[in-house]
Amino acid sequence: MKSVEKETQWTTVIRPRSGWFDINLTELWRYRDLILLFVRRDFLAIYKQTILGPIWFLLQPVLMTLMFTVVFGKIAQLPTDGLPQVLFYMSGIVSWNYFANCLNKISDTFVSNAAIFGKVYFPRLAIPISVVLTNLLTFAIQFVLFLAFMLYFYLGGSSIKPNAWIFLIPILLVQMAALGLGVGILISSMTTKYRDLTFVVTFGVQLWMYATPIVYPMSRIPAKWQWVMALNPMASVIETFRYAFLGAGSIRVWQLGLSFGMTVVLLTIGVILFSRIEKTFMDTV
Amino acid sequence: MSDAIIRIENLSKEYRLGVLSHGTLYRDVQSWLAKIRGKEDPNSKIGLSDSDHLKGTNQRFLALKDISLDIAQGDVLGIIGRNGAGKSTLLKILSRVTAPTRGTIKIKGRVASLLEVGTGFHQELTGRENIYLNGAILGMTKKEIDRKFDEIVDFAEIEKFIDTPVKRYSSGMFVRLAFAVAAHLDPEILVVDEVLAVGDINFRKKCMGKMKDISTSSGRTILFVSHDMSAIQNICSSAVLLNKGELLYSGSAAETIKKYLSDIEINENGKKEWVAPASKQYPFEDVVRIKRFYIANENGEVVKGRLFNSKHYDVVVEADLVYGDPRLIFAVNYYDDSHSLLFSADIHDAGGTDFSKIKPGGIKLSVPVPVDILWNRVYEIELICALHHTGWVLQPDNQSRIKFEFFRDVDLNPYSNDTRLGALAPILEWTISS
Repeated sequence: MKSVEKETQWTTVIRPRSGWFDINLTELWRYRDLILLFVRRDFLAIYKQTILGPIWFLLQPVLMTLMFTVVFGKIAQLPTDGLPQVLFYMSGIVSWNYFANCLNKISDTFVSNAAIFGKVYFPRLAIPISVVLTNLLTFAIQFVLFLAFMLYFYLGGSSIKPNAWIFLIPILLVQMAALGLGVGILISSMTTKYRDLTFVVTFGVQLWMYATPIVYPMSRIPAKWQWVMALNPMASVIETFRYAFLGAGSIRVWQLGLSFGMTVVLLTIGVILFSRIEKTFMDTV
Repeated sequence: MSDAIIRIENLSKEYRLGVLSHGTLYRDVQSWLAKIRGKEDPNSKIGLSDSDHLKGTNQRFLALKDISLDIAQGDVLGIIGRNGAGKSTLLKILSRVTAPTRGTIKIKGRVASLLEVGTGFHQELTGRENIYLNGAILGMTKKEIDRKFDEIVDFAEIEKFIDTPVKRYSSGMFVRLAFAVAAHLDPEILVVDEVLAVGDINFRKKCMGKMKDISTSSGRTILFVSHDMSAIQNICSSAVLLNKGELLYSGSAAETIKKYLSDIEINENGKKEWVAPASKQYPFEDVVRIKRFYIANENGEVVKGRLFNSKHYDVVVEADLVYGDPRLIFAVNYYDDSHSLLFSADIHDAGGTDFSKIKPGGIKLSVPVPVDILWNRVYEIELICALHHTGWVLQPDNQSRIKFEFFRDVDLNPYSNDTRLGALAPILEWTISS
């Protein structure tokens, strides 16, 4: 009884790394101001360091959509489920960008923050979480752009049918964030040991994009290969996003469920690995 | 011991030396494939047998060995020791930058660590934005920073530039702002590494004052690592001495410093002596052959460890004089720790030295160390020797040098401290007239 009492008076106990799931969520919550300040910093830094500032956020998806429309729409003549090509590509690009930006930025968390991590303690997860939030702001800007294009096409008489699936969008956003976070911290944990992974990331994200129905619709995938598509958790997310706003596409609920499950698993593995690495990575970097 | 605010129990930290892994996934996979196919690892070092290889990669280095220590609430604890004694490792574990290998540290309350001034400052952001960011990184909430904001700006003396990006700040302003944020943290425990070695003298004084303030007025516990003994003496109530990862001594600040200074064992490179390498040929061996030179104490013995101003020392040169050439010159150059020449003490300075009158054979030259002008610094002396207008015997080329550390142990200046600038500190008497 007495020894129990003695133990409880300590607020922090520093011990060698031990547990598998050593993430202190209350502590993370206590550092919420820090997370928000990181978001602010990253956003302000982009704004102040570039001439065009936030215009870039708008220019990038527009140019990419333009390119996709020319290359895949006009030259390769890939079908778009009967949707206007511009909207078809843009919906994919805007939502994929959110995921890809999160993943890219988070995957070098340890390496690019080594200087800060080496000098001061705060829950390391604060950095990846702030990245997710910063990119959410970027996404919001691009999303508004997408809505503007949608409105333009809608008024122009295009056959787009936003529907009740729209209510699923917040969940899809959370899922993309969780997936970007999960895979990102997984890679960032491994890059502390294997530096060559950083090269793989940029390249891998590109490949992943082509394995996701962004430049082509899901309906083009033969039924017997649909299960391969289902292994890519981003595929059904993008397809659902597109369907919700434009009303064309093919969503299978089981694929959505599988994608959700995979996201949870990847995030869990990521968090576990991250928490194993975060305590001692300073000794190896 | 219910008043312990930090309890360190059997703390050890081990670093693995050598190769942890090959650093790239490709190589690791390659090694692993070779292993399962029973072939020799293509990445192992050539010529090493298996056991050698293992020994090479698994070398371990204990930065901290089994440290146990209780630190009481309100203590201002100085941590001293040579470079590599484990001071910084201890602070890193305490501030949770890295984890211990064995043992635990139990802490009551919040720890704020100041291992570096200005961690996380962003060049593009303004002073105001950086105060918030840096404060939050150090563990403050936004509300706490709001409350302290004016005080911080005031302390840093940057009111006018608070909305200017910090990239336009002078380095002094930058450091002031960074320290101000850290100094206004309100943790129960403040961990400070040698961060005060920056900024101008007035600001350093202000920082020390602030640290003293924090400890005395609010009863906070401070852990302070420094090589600056007078700073430790000034603000610490107690101190611990680390040596090669072990806790050597713990006690009052004054006692620990004394222990540290007098401990010959821990002083770097021991004997203050330079011996001419036997294999080396020096010019003009038909005139003189220098054998060695060293710093001797009052008894003529080679000094080990630190030098103090309360004692007398000589620089002694031993040589064989083959021919008493009047052109022969000896000099001792004094350098500060950044290798700038401070002065040169030449054998002919006082006049009257004539080597032609000295009988050839073994000779011993000695010149006192000017202890009254040296200050708490690391110095280096160098013996040079030449034939006037003819050539060098021993030229200033980094070869014949002795490094020593000096400490003014008898100091009549009651306000003395190590923030004093300059490599030398001659004791000159002032006269006051009115």
